[in-house]
Amino acid sequence: MEAAGATAGATATATATADGSSKPRRSSSRQCSICNERKAALKRPKTLEQICRECFYVVFEEEIHKAIVDSHLFRPGERVAIGASGGKDSTVLAYVLSHLNRRHNYGLDLFLLSVDEGITGYRDDSLETVKRNEVQYGLPLKIVSYKDLYGWTMDEIVKAIGMKNNCTFCGVFRRQALDRGAALMKADKIVTGHNADDIAETVILNILRGDIARLSRCTLITTGEDGPIPRCKPFKYTYEKEIVSRMLISKSWTTFLQNAFTLNAYRGFAREFIKDLEKIRPRAILDIITSGENFRISTSTKMPEQGTCERCGYISSQKLCKACVLLEGLNRGMPKLGIGRVRGEDGRRRQSKQANDASSLHRKQSGTLEF
Amino acid sequence: MPSCGGGGACGSNCSRSGGGDDDETRNLLPEPETRSCADDDGQSRPRRLCFKCGEAEEAHNSMCPPCFRASVFGKFKLAVTTNAMIAPTDNVLVAFSGGPASRLALQFIHEMQYKALKNWDASKSQALPVFGVGVAFIDESILSPKPFHEVEKVIEDIKLIVSDLTPAHKELHIAPIERIYSLDLMEGRGKLKELLHSIADATGREDFLQYLRMLSLQKIALDNKYNKLVLGSCTSGIARHVLSSTVKGQGYSLPADLQYVDSRWEVPVVLPLRDCLAQELSMLCNLDGLKLQQVLDRPCAGINGLVSSFVSLLQDENPSRERTIVRTAEKLKPFGFNKFVENGYHDFLPSRLRPKFQNIINEETNHSEVLCPICGSPLSESELLSSKTTCETSQTSLEMFVAHCCQSCCFQILPRETKSLEQFFSLLPGSMMDRVKNDMSANCRKLREQIEDCLLSDDEEGT
Repeated sequence: MEAAGATAGATATATATADGSSKPRRSSSRQCSICNERKAALKRPKTLEQICRECFYVVFEEEIHKAIVDSHLFRPGERVAIGASGGKDSTVLAYVLSHLNRRHNYGLDLFLLSVDEGITGYRDDSLETVKRNEVQYGLPLKIVSYKDLYGWTMDEIVKAIGMKNNCTFCGVFRRQALDRGAALMKADKIVTGHNADDIAETVILNILRGDIARLSRCTLITTGEDGPIPRCKPFKYTYEKEIVSRMLISKSWTTFLQNAFTLNAYRGFAREFIKDLEKIRPRAILDIITSGENFRISTSTKMPEQGTCERCGYISSQKLCKACVLLEGLNRGMPKLGIGRVRGEDGRRRQSKQANDASSLHRKQSGTLEF
Repeated sequence: MPSCGGGGACGSNCSRSGGGDDDETRNLLPEPETRSCADDDGQSRPRRLCFKCGEAEEAHNSMCPPCFRASVFGKFKLAVTTNAMIAPTDNVLVAFSGGPASRLALQFIHEMQYKALKNWDASKSQALPVFGVGVAFIDESILSPKPFHEVEKVIEDIKLIVSDLTPAHKELHIAPIERIYSLDLMEGRGKLKELLHSIADATGREDFLQYLRMLSLQKIALDNKYNKLVLGSCTSGIARHVLSSTVKGQGYSLPADLQYVDSRWEVPVVLPLRDCLAQELSMLCNLDGLKLQQVLDRPCAGINGLVSSFVSLLQDENPSRERTIVRTAEKLKPFGFNKFVENGYHDFLPSRLRPKFQNIINEETNHSEVLCPICGSPLSESELLSSKTTCETSQTSLEMFVAHCCQSCCFQILPRETKSLEQFFSLLPGSMMDRVKNDMSANCRKLREQIEDCLLSDDEEGT
């Protein structure tokens, strides 16, 4: 079993802690550097220490526990929705949270929340994974579909609008789906599986784009605290590689699904950059987050005003949120409303101009830059 | 006369203040090219015209060569005047590396000085003096594998470049980087090599060398009574610095390094080329036929190299990316030392500009920042807190020193093991130790009393 663990760990970290017999001179360093008792099973991606499986479990969970306690993420008795996509991050998050909740008596009422876009064949596999998680960790699962939330599945939307521009709908709806689903389930908080790599990448992207407002809030562990349902990221300091390692060296997770997001070239560059940095200096990811937290954002910097949508109450910079605009178009049989160059009637000229701006931005960056 | 119709039409002459000889050679260069294009015009594709003057054909950035030059010089001039970088009484030291940015900084400063000189000659009262200019070249040949005769040649070339900038004599200071020890050079050389060798991280070593370079420049400026140091940092370099500082966890101190004025050093540093892209600068050097000397340049290592190639990749994809990165960082709050604060400094400014600067001084209170003794970056609040708690328990000067270093330097520069750390500490140049002294005295009174005897002993070691 130990040997199997070692191989799994090695593949995960791409640093082969090879068989002791073939490299006898390294045998002395193959003892776990934390407990000094067991054989080291993997090189910890964050610190490059050689540690055993048991110690890795402990440090991995302790770190997340510390992040939760230090930033007072939860209060006892809260109902917390775990945003579950079926990918590796949310799978490990579901496990770790349910585990820590039991061990440290957080007193949380946890449940899994998944979004079904209603694209035939797209979510089938990942929803299967989420359903397995439900059984494994004994967490109740709620799947909210676009049909429940908006009255339209993506397949129906595609039928109405055609093959072009349907990404706008999916992207805008998905951003709100978790919040709406959580509200439907009367949750107090949403946790998402965003990890340290994701946050570091977002910091870099916001610098590249000149988005000072997002730069100032993208490193926050909890966002939307003034809104109805805050979102938090318990994996803020957890490296992606560690999540993968945790997954691979544990027997219970043999396969997982990588989210089939299509990355645009721009985010791809940044991702690759972060990975290259990590190779040179694993600490760089944490350093980027530290930098992001410490940026001296001037108080005179103009921040975009956040209002709420008049119709649904979701945060929006306009009178109506994007989802409501798109929905209105769909329901009125004018699906192109809100995308492309549509002139609004009399008083809404300015608003439609802004909507145009927003949609042209989406076209450029595929809308996936949103964190 | 060039085909753009001289400066009259495009208005480039008004900002072109360079000497007459320079002008002629400059304008002669592109002429054959324009003429041959003009011949083609009728038969083949029509060439696009300069968007500024609309007369000559575009060559760079949709501008004809004279307009292009005027636009780059305009950015330089704007930075100098709006930030009151150079006053008539100043004695300015230009840091010259041989690259296009510092070469152009030198050229532009020379042109400004030349114009001021002409005005001085013409004025009746001759009341306002003309600022002085010196040039510094830091010789880092001990770190490059180049043979001695090549280095000699580089230095000869640099001497020639500087001596050609007449009228007004410019003194050239060539200092080997090991002179920072102010001992004999051989000993300094050994010490410096050992010091750099004790830094394990390649990125840390490179950054440390850069801090040493700044100290060397400061030393030259102080020894020769210069009161401003001009660096050729351009947008492209600063964009790289923004990202690499972020990656190294120096987000707090980042805004200190990219302002036009940085007076945390004894001799304030100014960056007049901050708004120019490296590409523009090298294009202009090409165009003006300015001689460059980049034989001794070394490629960036580690994180700096990675960041550099990343930014180049992005810049290829979108030509305004570097500018956007710098603009993001510009929105961060600068520090109190990012402006001139001496009394009476702004007296020479035109009266319409003076209130702008004077109001700032009155409005803001200057609380001094505690600076890291190695890199000179201000410490963030959490770093200050931890430094204070360590200071209270620490006994030796080494412990004090380490307590005052920023997180980033602690990680990438200071050696881990106690023994090599002690050795590293003993090898640090005196000027870096002086900074510790200054910082600590600024820090807090109680601490100073404890530290002073340590520093005394340091001084004894140093001499």
